[in-house]
Amino acid sequence: MSGAVVSHWVVHSHRFETNAATREPAWVKRLLIAIALAFFALFLLLPLATVFAEALRRGWVVYFAALTEPDARSAIKLTLLVAAIAVPLNLVFGVAAAWAVAKFNFRGKQLLTTLIDLPFSVSPVVAGLMYVLLFGSQGWFGAWLLQNDFKIIFAMPGLVLATVFVTVPFIARELIPLMEAQGREDEEAAVVLGASGWQIFWHVTLPNIKWGLLYGVILCNARAMGEFGAVSVVSGHIRGRTNTMPLYVEILYNEYNFAAAFAVASLLALLALLTLVVKSVVEWRGQQQLSADQEAT
Amino acid sequence: MKFAVPIRALLGVAALWAGIAQADVTLLNVAYDVTREFYKDINAAFIERWQKTTGERIAIEQSHGGSSKQAMSVASGLEADVVTMNQATDIDLLARSGVVAQDWRKRFPYDSAPYTSTTVFLVRKGNPKNIRDWDDLTKPGIAVIVPNPKVTGNGRYTYLAAWGYAIKKGGDEAAARDFVTRLFRNVPVRDGGGRGATTTFTQRGMGDVLVTFENEAVLIERELGTGQFDVVYPSISVRAEAPVAVVDKVVDKKGTRKQAQAYLEFLYSPEGQEIVARHFYRPRLDAVMQRHAGQFKPIQLFTIDEVFGGWAKAQQAHFADGGMLDQIMVNR
Repeated sequence: MSGAVVSHWVVHSHRFETNAATREPAWVKRLLIAIALAFFALFLLLPLATVFAEALRRGWVVYFAALTEPDARSAIKLTLLVAAIAVPLNLVFGVAAAWAVAKFNFRGKQLLTTLIDLPFSVSPVVAGLMYVLLFGSQGWFGAWLLQNDFKIIFAMPGLVLATVFVTVPFIARELIPLMEAQGREDEEAAVVLGASGWQIFWHVTLPNIKWGLLYGVILCNARAMGEFGAVSVVSGHIRGRTNTMPLYVEILYNEYNFAAAFAVASLLALLALLTLVVKSVVEWRGQQQLSADQEAT
Repeated sequence: MKFAVPIRALLGVAALWAGIAQADVTLLNVAYDVTREFYKDINAAFIERWQKTTGERIAIEQSHGGSSKQAMSVASGLEADVVTMNQATDIDLLARSGVVAQDWRKRFPYDSAPYTSTTVFLVRKGNPKNIRDWDDLTKPGIAVIVPNPKVTGNGRYTYLAAWGYAIKKGGDEAAARDFVTRLFRNVPVRDGGGRGATTTFTQRGMGDVLVTFENEAVLIERELGTGQFDVVYPSISVRAEAPVAVVDKVVDKKGTRKQAQAYLEFLYSPEGQEIVARHFYRPRLDAVMQRHAGQFKPIQLFTIDEVFGGWAKAQQAHFADGGMLDQIMVNR
């Protein structure tokens, strides 16, 4: 979807630039570019560089020691594990919700779209608190959980729940406009040709939404690994057991262990940068596919 | 779409997970914010001692956070075997919600507080503003950094220390109120945590004086900002008692009462008290105190019980909604 937006942009700006009537004066163009780049450098690149500089200030040995320390290793594992559970769950939910909204008409459709956006408007801390109120020992299900010895909050399930909650919109939001724009013609054609429901999904719908879906998964994953507020409330902060990387960074920082705090932070930043690279590749591939489709039609 | 990859990754992570060595018994100590290094030493010593005397391998997990937030988590079901806080009100909260015995104060010596600290000043090197005692903090033009008394034990001790100082100097309640009001007029920001306030003072360079626990101030003077700060002892301050308790509901369920009890008793042992002193907390054992006499200035200390009639009363009169602190903050 965003690939399509980018390509339109390129077309438009090209037309504007070649036409003398619509071309901006050179100084306006340069000024705007300079402001954008300066802002970018000051507010994004500089802090990012600081993270890496601080992390490595006491050398590579300290850096790697901080990352291989048992508590750090467990925080890294936990973060990856939570993301590995939360993202597939949201993948299934996102596709199902987008499918329902884009391909069917039903009562309450508007409500469903609104609900999908809910996690964007609710503060993550409140999201975490909701789970404490539901599953805490004094919460609604607390007594029952205690009797049956199920641990939800202050344990893995709570971390996954909180993460799923805050990352619900990413995949669905990415897919709904894409699937709406594509319409139902391809699927209708497949039905006419005698395809079953699964065949339609695997051979028609999924290839159509592949890049948008991947893009949503990447965004969802980035947020899942970086989430702080919601997981902070449900974590219990047990070292080596329920501390995710963002929580661990805060604790290290509060313990004046700046080198280690920045080392873990730099690893999070690296994961984010990696995500960005993958995202760009996905966007580029999506765009390629789009132009290929346009040529074909 | 390849779904095989995430599943394989998941299994790999799970396999790594299972590799963690298991001890016979695991205790969870839910503690306040700044005691990580302290309990790291205590835990190592206790684990060794316990294995020697009982042959049982024990593991101790730690959770650290703001004192009151930690207490709330335990009340909501965080399965702590023991809680180690910096003020009695947080454990009172747990006693009220029924997870800790009502008479928790009587379960261990010294009102269940194995060590104490006090509130002192940290100033910039050479003490350029010449800050010697509590009076100096109320002078115009002095910026005082204090963690928020509404939400931190550290800030509450500072508030009560200043109040008690005014009382001990012969003032009545009105004089004390006026004194504390003038002091808080000099507080430009109120950080939500003890460490937040320290960072404001040491890293962001704000303020002329940081009012905080002795152990925190000495730690910064000696280890973090060597040569940048001086510790100043006021003439009178508060005795800050750090209470501990076994979480009865959890140990009875897990069957860990024996270990939890021994763990907290270890804090009172000569070995435990030595570790207490090494981390700049004031030990209860005289012998240990004597050995470290040079490190703890003998200043006049009063207790919360003595001046305020106990934490429950202090909490009610000063820190409850609409209490003295709120009134002072509005009028400052």
